[in-house]
Amino acid sequence: MIKVENLKKSFGRLEVLTGIDLEIQKGESVVVIGQSGCGKSVLLKHIIALLRPDEGSVVVDGQNVFELKHVDLMDFRKRVGVLFQFGALFDSMTVAENIGFCLKESLHMKPQQVKQIAEEKLALVGMKDVGHKMPSEISGGMKKRVALARAIATEPDIILYDEPTTGLDPISADMINELIVDVNKKLGVTSIAVTHDMASAYKIADRIIMLYEGKIVWDGTPDQIRQTDNAIVKQFITGSSTGPITVH
Amino acid sequence: MDEHSPVFDLRPTTLISGLGRLSLMLGRTLLAFRYFFSSLHLVVNQMYHIGVKSIWLIMITSVFTGGVSAWQAAYQFKNYVPIRYLGGAVGKAVLIELAPVLTALVIAGRVGAGIAAEIGSMKVTEQIDAMESMSVDPIRYLVMPRFAAGIIMLPIITALADFIAIFGALLVAVSLIGVETETFMNGFKQLFTLSDFFSGLIKATAFGAIISMMGCYHGFFTSGGAQGVGASTTRAVVSSAVMVLIADYIMATLLFRI
Ligand SMILES: Nc1ncnc2c1ncn2[C@@H]1O[C@H](COP(=O)(O)OP(=O)(O)O)[C@@H](O)[C@H]1O
Ligand SMILES: [Mg+2]
Repeated sequence: MIKVENLKKSFGRLEVLTGIDLEIQKGESVVVIGQSGCGKSVLLKHIIALLRPDEGSVVVDGQNVFELKHVDLMDFRKRVGVLFQFGALFDSMTVAENIGFCLKESLHMKPQQVKQIAEEKLALVGMKDVGHKMPSEISGGMKKRVALARAIATEPDIILYDEPTTGLDPISADMINELIVDVNKKLGVTSIAVTHDMASAYKIADRIIMLYEGKIVWDGTPDQIRQTDNAIVKQFITGSSTGPITVH
Repeated sequence: MDEHSPVFDLRPTTLISGLGRLSLMLGRTLLAFRYFFSSLHLVVNQMYHIGVKSIWLIMITSVFTGGVSAWQAAYQFKNYVPIRYLGGAVGKAVLIELAPVLTALVIAGRVGAGIAAEIGSMKVTEQIDAMESMSVDPIRYLVMPRFAAGIIMLPIITALADFIAIFGALLVAVSLIGVETETFMNGFKQLFTLSDFFSGLIKATAFGAIISMMGCYHGFFTSGGAQGVGASTTRAVVSSAVMVLIADYIMATLLFRI
């Protein structure tokens, strides 16, 4: 279980998170929606302690991740898979080496086993036979899929997806959505996905929360969100430029 | 590590916080040396990048450094100092000063910039975050191997530079100044001491530490996009060059007692 309490974070004078409270049950799939720049990625980075808050805590299975000792933090992170917003593939390594990186460097698996898992995950995301390519040689959509393969390579019990479908064509996007649903159900993982693609949100979410001006302004199931009267949420999910949300 | 850090922003607060972060990083890098042998493949790879790939560049710069120092020494000797001292004077200048410092400055431009650009672009594209999220310490995986390779390779290429520069000096002395090979070599041998040679290499080791650390440090604290990477690269080169020259002065006063 993940419990975020009163999380606050500013960068200089820019207040990004102004008090986030959120509880996620084991096995639940939560989607975080919100405008670009509202702090979705910042929230995700706090969950694995890549960023430290000004105030507040993130408690996972009873442990505050910001108070973990270095070795314990390392162990905790091994349980978490992350798909970064822009893939964040290591550009000095091949696709297969990227997928095997954590297995090799962190879990110290044998090369043979690493290779086998990399091939298996590549096949799973429909990218057989590209293992030897460098990230610079594949398209944006393919990078996202490789990043997904890398995030699930260690079979983690928590997965964080940062905009897994942004910038993909609708068919590739749907394929990624199916994969995420599949992984979440099959492995019983707890997942948090950030997106502003509503089709994706409806497909993968057990629960949708919306971030607005540093706070959570909505929390509910996909069915509830479709029927909401909340003007902010309504404007966002229908994609309208007029309403309470203004674009700066 | 989310703020950027100008080392040569000389306002006291930023300077102190920059130095604090730098010492912290250096400390963590030294601690990461316990993984030296398990990360040997990474170190060797960096030794190749930092050292082997710089050989041609160093050969070219050294042969001219030696040549010009022979020419200038001969010019300064004219009518005052017998030309038989040429080999000795040039040899000493090359071993204790010219080869270590000029090699370091050239390497700062090639390698320091390269390290800062590589790590900086990994930082802005979240590859460093990705690495940390996979429980791999970027200090162990990225910084320590570069730092180790810098320390190991700088003395080695400086020794090469010593050799090539003296060869260049000999070439100019014999073919353009009209000194006999034997006269030059005898002069060189007369003043040569092993301690000069090794003092030069000790300096080179320190320069290797400075250059690789500056590259990593500025790379690590890059923010912004491509522009940020460019700024870090510049900072890495400028700060290495300045620190190499300051360290050179300090070590000269310690190593060479008058
Ligand atoms: N490391 C950082 N340093 C300074 N500002 C940051 C940093 N990370 C994010 N921000 C700022 O925080 C805000 C939220 O960013 P982010 O979480 O990436 O937005 P998004 O919701 O689109 O993912 C943005 O204004 C961004 O510029
Ligand atoms: Mg984002």
